[in-house]
Amino acid sequence: MPDGGVTGLFQPIPSQRHLSRLCPGLVALLVLPLPSCSGNHSALDPAGPEAANIAQLFFLMLVGAVVIWLGLVASIIYASRKRREHSEESAGRVILWGGAVIPTIILCALLSYGMWLMPAIRPWVPDDHQVRRIEVTGEQFWWRVRYFDEAGKTMFETANEVRIPVGQPAHFSLKAADVIHSFWVPSLGGKMDMIPGRTNPLTLTADREGTYRGVCAEFCGESHALMAFTVRAVAPDEHEAWLAERRASSPQDTEGLAVFLNNGCGACHAISGTAANGRIGPDLTAFGERSTLAAGTLPHTVEDIARFVAYPGVIKPGVKMPHFGMLPEDDIKTIAVFLKELK
Amino acid sequence: MKSVIPREVESLWTLFTAPTVWAVHFVGCYTTVAVYCAKASSLDFGFETVRLLLAGLTILALAVIVLSAWLAWRQWGFGVHDPPHDEPTKKGRTLFQGYATLLLSGLSFVAVVYAAIPLIFIAECQR
Repeated sequence: MPDGGVTGLFQPIPSQRHLSRLCPGLVALLVLPLPSCSGNHSALDPAGPEAANIAQLFFLMLVGAVVIWLGLVASIIYASRKRREHSEESAGRVILWGGAVIPTIILCALLSYGMWLMPAIRPWVPDDHQVRRIEVTGEQFWWRVRYFDEAGKTMFETANEVRIPVGQPAHFSLKAADVIHSFWVPSLGGKMDMIPGRTNPLTLTADREGTYRGVCAEFCGESHALMAFTVRAVAPDEHEAWLAERRASSPQDTEGLAVFLNNGCGACHAISGTAANGRIGPDLTAFGERSTLAAGTLPHTVEDIARFVAYPGVIKPGVKMPHFGMLPEDDIKTIAVFLKELK
Repeated sequence: MKSVIPREVESLWTLFTAPTVWAVHFVGCYTTVAVYCAKASSLDFGFETVRLLLAGLTILALAVIVLSAWLAWRQWGFGVHDPPHDEPTKKGRTLFQGYATLLLSGLSFVAVVYAAIPLIFIAECQR
């Protein structure tokens, strides 16, 4: 007998047999997504108060939706099994309460709760307040990051990596250079659109140290999915030391720098303290400190840097950087080693 | 007793009253806040004044919708007749229209309340 062990009167009916086969599959389907609930890129594993509020709203809505769904399924089962006819009047009452009055009350409560949370999810500081701002500009397909001091003066520029102090609100000014992008660090808060011609403010606070992944959350072109960035939340002292170090950053003249400049890389990229002062591509000052390459596309290794320098458009379709595969292999390797060691 | 509001007003126009009030209130709230927040730095009154103004507009809108609902209720015969009003007669059409107007008034009332809820919680412009 195919299912073994069950005989006579207790043999399950076919639908039960199907259910018992389906159950492990369903459990696996439900369990598989669970690991995605944690990590440095999950809105369900908040690392700051703004994200915690969003997670709270999500879980409240999830529990509410499950309760409503169970109620609905229970009433469908009841309706399909009942023998006795109900009067039209009682059916009308169910429609009025279940279909109009109760949903209206639930929606009103949810709307009020969402609105009540809004100021905590979107804290902001008026422009006239003397705070340090971090300007992030979305470009196809990377992030220009500029640090300002309290007077609004640019301290330095970097790309694809943001550092913020733990426990202190980081005030972002979000811009776009070409098309609409969206700045989203799920572990730290909600997303905010970056619209050409506008500056959108966003305040995020990290309450524990770590590296959090951010993404572009608005389709912006062929390499939209390859436009990520990292946010490093570090101790305030360490952050201050890093700001001071970055302001004074000036690499020594090396063979790598000479090859970099001789091949025209400095026309598009800037390296503070050198003749490279291009504004088209990402600023490469202290490039060696970064944890990823090409806006989160590749690991930060010499081999991958060389690969990207040679054929950027193959790795990241649509980038403005031309291919440099025609350069001698030694030059490409020298540039890659120079960039990897650039502090 | 002769009603203050004659029954002649109970036309197809009363059907549109409540949704129109909702639309005006909705557009009024959004444009007022958008214009205020765009020009806040050059204006000499605060967001509190805008909230109070829109609270007044909300009360006015709700009052007009309640009035429209009362007229609809009267047109429907104060709930004496049960739907569906599907007879091809003048009375059937009048009752149907009254019932539809009453339901639309309820919907518009809820929609105006929903549009006004942000006024309670949002206390400043975000620029």
